[in-house]
Amino acid sequence: MNVRRIDPYAERIRRNRLHPRHQEFARPAWRWAGPNGVTRIDPHAIGALGPNGIRRIDRSGAVVETQPLASSPIESGPSRRMVVIDDPAGFVMVVPECPEGRLSDHDRDLFGLARQLADGQTLAVTAVTFQGAVAGLEEAGADRWIDLSATVDGDTHDPESRLAALVSVEAAMSPRHWLFADSFPGGGDLGRRLAARLSRSSSHGANARAATRVWQVAEGLALSRAGDRQDIQRELPRILLALPECAKPVSETRHEARLVSIDAAGSKTSDMTAVGVVDLGRVAVDPQQIPLSQAPFILSGGRGVGDWAGFHHAAEVLGASEGASRVAVDDGNMPRARQVGATGTFVFASCYIAVGISGAVQHLQGIAKCQRVVAINRDPGCDMVKRADLALIADGDAVLAAVCERLGQPRAAEPSEAVSEAGSGALSKEERYHDAA
Amino acid sequence: MTPPDAAACPVVALVSSGRHPVSGRPGRAREDARAVEMGLTLAGARLQLVHAGNAEEPVLRDYLGMYHGLDDAAAQGELALLPMTPADDAVLLLATWLAESGCRLVLAGQRAECGEGSGLLPYLLAERLGWTIVSGAATIERIDADRVTLLQVLPQGQRRRLEVSLPCLITVDTLAPPPRQSAFGPARRGRIQVVDGLTAEEDSASGEWRWQPARARPKRLKIVKSGNARDRFRAAAARSSAGGQVLTDLTPEQAADRLIAYLREEKILSEEKILGDEMP
Ligand SMILES: Cc1cc2nc3c(=O)[nH]c(=O)nc-3n(C[C@H](O)[C@H](O)[C@H](O)COP(=O)(O)OP(=O)(O)OC[C@H]3O[C@@H](n4cnc5c(N)ncnc54)[C@H](O)[C@@H]3O)c2cc1C
Repeated sequence: MNVRRIDPYAERIRRNRLHPRHQEFARPAWRWAGPNGVTRIDPHAIGALGPNGIRRIDRSGAVVETQPLASSPIESGPSRRMVVIDDPAGFVMVVPECPEGRLSDHDRDLFGLARQLADGQTLAVTAVTFQGAVAGLEEAGADRWIDLSATVDGDTHDPESRLAALVSVEAAMSPRHWLFADSFPGGGDLGRRLAARLSRSSSHGANARAATRVWQVAEGLALSRAGDRQDIQRELPRILLALPECAKPVSETRHEARLVSIDAAGSKTSDMTAVGVVDLGRVAVDPQQIPLSQAPFILSGGRGVGDWAGFHHAAEVLGASEGASRVAVDDGNMPRARQVGATGTFVFASCYIAVGISGAVQHLQGIAKCQRVVAINRDPGCDMVKRADLALIADGDAVLAAVCERLGQPRAAEPSEAVSEAGSGALSKEERYHDAA
Repeated sequence: MTPPDAAACPVVALVSSGRHPVSGRPGRAREDARAVEMGLTLAGARLQLVHAGNAEEPVLRDYLGMYHGLDDAAAQGELALLPMTPADDAVLLLATWLAESGCRLVLAGQRAECGEGSGLLPYLLAERLGWTIVSGAATIERIDADRVTLLQVLPQGQRRRLEVSLPCLITVDTLAPPPRQSAFGPARRGRIQVVDGLTAEEDSASGEWRWQPARARPKRLKIVKSGNARDRFRAAAARSSAGGQVLTDLTPEQAADRLIAYLREEKILSEEKILGDEMP
C-alpha cells in the first residue's frame, strides 16, 4: 500500500559528514556529551510519531518508521466482493425512506434485512425509490432498482399516488416480501397503506397481516414488538415494517442496482377519482417551541457568552433553537429546560453551535449524537474544540454580532430599545422563556 | 382560524385501554386520550366515543371523565361499546358500526398500547370503508363541509399542512396537545351504550402467533472488519472523532463569514428563509 520512497541523493548527503549540506539532512542527535562530560538526551529527537500523532519511543533499538495519520488505511476499508444475480427466483422489495434524498442508517439496516431474507434463495433485493438519483444503492445491497420518480413526485407528500405506484409494482413483479421502515409519517404510513390494500385483494391466509415494528428475523420467524411489553413471534409475513437496527447493514458485498423499468405509467391517474390528501407544504415552526431533544439546529451558550441579549438575537436571526451549558443555567442566564448535557437534555441536532462552552464531559455526553458541531471559543485547547467539526477561535459575542450583521439583521438597529429595555428587560425575558419552555 | 362547523359533521373517537409506560398500570392510552381531547375541542359534547371489546373495562370511564369544561355544562359523554372477546377482529365490528353511524370524521391514536399494537387498524378500517386516512396529526386547523385542514407531525419538530377530504380517519400523534384530566363526576355520569346485534368474527391471522414477554433489544457494537490485526487495533484505539478544522487568528468578521459559509454548505442556513405563516 504505502511504499516508502528513498531519496538516494539525500541518503548520500546524510552519510557524508563533510558534505556542505550535511547539517540539513542529518537527523538531529538525540544523545550527546555535554561540556562537563554529562550525557544529554533530547527527548524530542528520539522515537517516531505513531499513527495517531503520539510519539512512540521504542527502546529495543529497532528502527520505528511510521507514516503520518493521513494515509491510514482505515477509511478506505476492505474492498467489497461483487455479487451479481442474473436470474432471480423472486424479489424482495425495499422501500427506503431517503430523507433529504439520501439513504439513512435505517434504510441501510432495511437493506441488510432484505439481504438476510434473499441470500440462500437467490432472490433479488429491489430498491423502490420515489426520488431519482439516490446514491449508494450498490453498497447498500440492492440488486435491482425501480425508480418511480417519473410517475410520482418525490418531494411532496402524496401517499395515495405512491400507493398506486406500489400496487402496480406488486402486480408486475409479485415479490416475496415488501420491507418498509416503520417510522411515521414516512415508511410506516406507506407500508400500512399497502398492507391494508393487499389484505383486501389477496388471499394469502395466515401471513397476509403485515408485521409491524419488526426488530429481528431469525430462522424464518419474525420477532415484532407488540403493545404492553410483549413480543410476537410469527412466520415471515409478506409485508414487514422494521425498526432501526433490525439487521446489520451490508458491508462485505457490492451489488449492481440494475435499473428495472415498470409500466407504472398506466396507473398514474387512470383510476384516481378524487385526491384525498393534498400537501400544502411545510409550516414555519418557531424554533423556540420545538422540544430541545428534537430540534434540528441548536445555538448553545456557556460561561463565555457575555452579551445574552445579543445571543438571543443571533438565535433568532439564524433560526436556531437555544441551548445552554449548566453554568449558563446556574447563573440564571437561561431557563433550566434549555440545559444540554448529562443532567439536562440529550440533543440529536444535525447542527450544534457551542459558543463559549469548554466541553466538560457532562456537556459532551449530551451532544454525542449531534451530526455537526461548531465551536466558537477563545481557548484553542479546550475539549469542545477537539470535538468540533469546525472550530473558530475568536470572541463569541463579537462573532455572533458579526453574523447578525452579515445576515443583514444587526442588533444595533434597535439600540435605544435595547437600552431602555435593560431595566425591565429581565422580567420580559423571563416571561418569554416560560412561554417557550 | 375559522370555528369548525361541528354540527354538520359528527365526530367519533376510537378509544382503547392503555398502559403506563413505566409502571405498566392500566389507564388511558396516551394517543387515544389526545384524540379524544382533539375531538372535544372540535365537537364539544357531540363527540361520540367507540370501543370494541370488553364492556367491564374500567378504563372506559376515564375517557368519559374528560367531558368537562365544555360550553354545555350539563353535557355528558356517550360511549358505544361493541362487545367482543380479545380473540375477535375489531376491524369488522368497527367498520359495520361506522358505516351505519353516518359520521364523517374519525379520530384515533396511532397505535394501541395493549395487544398487537401494530397501528394497522385505522388503515384496515379506512380501506374497508373507502375513506381517506392521514397519520400523525398535531392539530386540526379547520373543517369545511368536505375538507379538513390539519398539521402533520414530521421528525425534528417540523410540521406539514395537509388538506384531507371527508369522510376521513385521522390518527393523532403524541405531540398533539396534551389531554385534559379525567374527572370523577363526568366519568360517573357518562353513558356506556352496549350495541347489540353485531356479530364478531374471530381474527384468523393472529392464531399461530407466539406471544412472549418483550426482550431488551441487543445494543449494536462497533465492529471493525479488517484483514490484519494492526488495522483492527488501530481502529479500536483511535479516538472516535478524527478532529475537525480549527481556525485561529480570525477577526470576528472573518469568523462570521466562515460560519455562514459552513452553514450554507451544510444546507442548514438556506439563502432565503422559508417565509410561511406562523404556526398558531
Ligand atoms: C454531576 C454533574 C452534572 C453536570 N451536568 C452537566 C450538564 O448536564 N450540562 C452541562 O453543560 N454541564 C454539566 N455539568 C457542569 C460541567 O461539569 C461544566 O462545569 C460545565 O459544562 C461548564 O460550562 P461552560 O463550558 O459553559 O463553562 P466553562 O467551563 O467555564 O467554559 C467557558 C468557556 O468559554 C470560553 N470563553 C470565555 N470567554 C469567551 C469569549 N468571550 N468568547 C469565546 N469563548 C469564551 C472559555 O475559553 C471556556 O472554554 C455537570 C457537573 C456535574 C458535577
